[in-house]
Amino acid sequence: MGTLTFDVAHLLAGSLVLVSVMMLYQDRLYALLNVYALHALVLAASVAWQAFVQDAPHLYVTAAIALIFKAVIIPVALHRIIVRLGIHRQIENVVGVGPTMLLGMGLVALSMVVMLRVTTEADPLAREDLAFALSVVLLGLLMMVTRRNAVSQVVGFMSLENGLVLAATGAKGMPLVVEISVAFSVLIAFIVIGIFLFRIRERFDTVDVQALDRFRGERG
Amino acid sequence: MIIEALYGVAVLLVLAPVAVALGATSRATPIVYGVTLVVTLMLGVIGVASLYGETGHATSVTLPLGLPWLGAHLRIDALSAFFLVVVNLGGATASLYALGYGRHEETPGRVLPFYPAYLAAMNLVVLANDAFSFLVAWEFMSLTSWALVIAHHRDQENMRAGYVYLLMASFGTLTLLLAFGLLAGAGGNYAFDAIRAAHPSAALAALVLILALIGAGSKAGVVPLHAWLPLAHPAAPSQVSALMSGVMTKVAVYGFVRIVFDLLGAPQWWWSMLVLAIGGITAAMGVLYALMQHDLKRLLAYHTVENIGIIFIGLGLALAFKAEGLEWAAALALTAALFHVFNHSVFKSLLFFGAGSVLSSTGERDMEHLGGLIHRMPQTAFVFLVGCVAISALPPLNGFVSEWLTFQAILLSPQLSSWGLKLLVPAVGALLALSAALAAACFVKAFGVTFLGRPRTEAAAKAEETDSNSLAAMVFLAALCLVAGVLPGIFLDALAPVSHALIGARMPHQAGLQWLTIVPIAESRSSYNGLLVFLFVVMSGTLAASAIHRLASDKLRRGPAWDCGYPDPSPATQYTASSFAQPIRRVYGTLVFRAREIGEMPPPGAMTPAKLHVDIRDLIWDAAYAPIANLIAVATEKLNVLQFLTIRRYLTLVFAALVLLLLVLAIWQ
Repeated sequence: MGTLTFDVAHLLAGSLVLVSVMMLYQDRLYALLNVYALHALVLAASVAWQAFVQDAPHLYVTAAIALIFKAVIIPVALHRIIVRLGIHRQIENVVGVGPTMLLGMGLVALSMVVMLRVTTEADPLAREDLAFALSVVLLGLLMMVTRRNAVSQVVGFMSLENGLVLAATGAKGMPLVVEISVAFSVLIAFIVIGIFLFRIRERFDTVDVQALDRFRGERG
Repeated sequence: MIIEALYGVAVLLVLAPVAVALGATSRATPIVYGVTLVVTLMLGVIGVASLYGETGHATSVTLPLGLPWLGAHLRIDALSAFFLVVVNLGGATASLYALGYGRHEETPGRVLPFYPAYLAAMNLVVLANDAFSFLVAWEFMSLTSWALVIAHHRDQENMRAGYVYLLMASFGTLTLLLAFGLLAGAGGNYAFDAIRAAHPSAALAALVLILALIGAGSKAGVVPLHAWLPLAHPAAPSQVSALMSGVMTKVAVYGFVRIVFDLLGAPQWWWSMLVLAIGGITAAMGVLYALMQHDLKRLLAYHTVENIGIIFIGLGLALAFKAEGLEWAAALALTAALFHVFNHSVFKSLLFFGAGSVLSSTGERDMEHLGGLIHRMPQTAFVFLVGCVAISALPPLNGFVSEWLTFQAILLSPQLSSWGLKLLVPAVGALLALSAALAAACFVKAFGVTFLGRPRTEAAAKAEETDSNSLAAMVFLAALCLVAGVLPGIFLDALAPVSHALIGARMPHQAGLQWLTIVPIAESRSSYNGLLVFLFVVMSGTLAASAIHRLASDKLRRGPAWDCGYPDPSPATQYTASSFAQPIRRVYGTLVFRAREIGEMPPPGAMTPAKLHVDIRDLIWDAAYAPIANLIAVATEKLNVLQFLTIRRYLTLVFAALVLLLLVLAIWQ
């Protein structure tokens, strides 16, 4: 493997982490969706490069799924949901941007430290990939934790799943079945969550999940 | 033989869903109990045949069930054959009894499906030849018996009993699981043959012993793990109470014997100290608890605790002698313990059947509401009396023989070389003697207050004799008590293969001795002849009775009971169960139960009645169970907050846990 292939893979996976971090400070929903589409685009590019490097044509299918579903259909659908819900002007923040960014940086550092130590014997390309994938997963989780709006929690979940796909493609010999099942489970989750969004909205006139807690009468 | 036995078990297992299908039809009860009667009789015959070394049939089989790489190993050897007899003798008599008693059952749909399953589970425990099948059968036995305990679930007390039982049963199974895990070792071969071939290190073996003592002991009702037993046994329908008390505790003893004598290899001398001490304490505490009870079935359940203590004393002695190389003495102690297993299953079933008959004809379990039943239920009273005499270890019945043999083994303790055992065994012997004497007092109370005197309530006055099926079961067991007491030699010889397999020695042959005498060691040392004692009792009794009838009047007269010259019409002024127990409560109760008598005297002139209130505390519950329950209650109260977090907080918790684990990994690597 030449250094060029490694560098390009490194660049794409690194950009995925960068886009993840970008998502953390998007406090407008439209912008968030746009960044998510970019996230999926970078993922598709990265997977396609892996397909080229590993000479594994089935990975092109994965890349196509990522491109069509995640970069186009889901953002567009979410876009329309936001419009129909009429929340496109909402700004939501639980934790300030500064602390969130600091936390995100800490998480990236943590995943680097853990992954590079644990996988000393693995192929360097897979190592880097796994480390970046873990960062993406953790950043997705962080996003789900720091957001209050159900739509941005969904987006956090989707970006988390992108991290999983990155990890799956980085490791050689991962069968297509696994990726397809992951992709479909995310799609179903997306549908279920979308339906829930409308149900919540019907009942509470908001998609702020805090409303659920207030309704339950427990300490919120 | 194993194949035939498995067919029997399969029939029992199939019968459970059939009972569900039969539902509440009136024929369900006779069908289910009739089939279990036939099947358990067949299994019992298989057990007897295997015990007498019937060869020519397969004794072990491996079925492709359970763990894929292990299969289900099943086998009949001498030990399982003996326990097969005990289990199915109890099962057959309980089925016969239930053919009559079961008709009074209000909710047969809650009892009938579990009853055959429970019998099948107990048979499977005894037949299992690998740890996995053993544990599955053991847990199945626990669960089916739990379902039977809460059959009458409307009663809050039964639900509590079921709850405590379920907790203790799971705990016991957990410790047994750990014990087998340690025995199987890193290789993880759970077949008993492989475990037997491996020799665990001394420390590991000791740990397994302790775990087995806790696991099997909690099922058997060893103090201080007995707490569930007096709650659960009386709560079940009476035929199931008899099975739980008479048979399931014996299956637990089987588990202990199987692990400690068979699988664990050569014993250390100090193991026996542990078993002996626990056995002695169990025997004494069990009978003291029993004396304080006035619920007939609960009294019987506490008595099971005492008898388990006696059995464990015998097992402890066998361990001690085996460890010191005195195989002939170990064979005596083990045979005594196993004979007591058999005897206790017989008379405890009999007594529970009697209590069940009293319950079904009067609706009362509380002895303070009974009395005078001997006039209304003479046959039940007679067989119950036989059971009382047998459990009180009076000759010529069977209880005496096995306790006498245990004492013979205790008297051999000077031959032991270690000083710890030399000192402990006589002390345990004293506890055994104490518990035997107190047991007699306890059953004078149980029989006297229930059956003698005048009826204390309307229900007791209108009691009716029980039905013929129940009576047949009880008469059969009473006859067995007599046969085993008069002809113990047959039974001891039948146990010889068991002690030969486990100890490598056996008691002397009893069959050829004159006059059916039994000789535990050698004729010069001690011997007992049940037949002569029986003949003497019968002859002197007949002689005295005929002399009295001859010299005095032989007319039957009914007169007022002796009343100190103050005839009192109220039957409440009779001696009660608690007044009978009062002297013993004053001697032991202040120490063991912190019993206090609080007398409330009204001031002069007041018209209120004086009151005497007895306050008894169960110190074992207070010291061992209550703190654990409190701790769990406090912990759950604190953790209850987790139930009411917001979605985002849950996510944060998951996230924080993940990050924390990654941090630990990063630092620790």
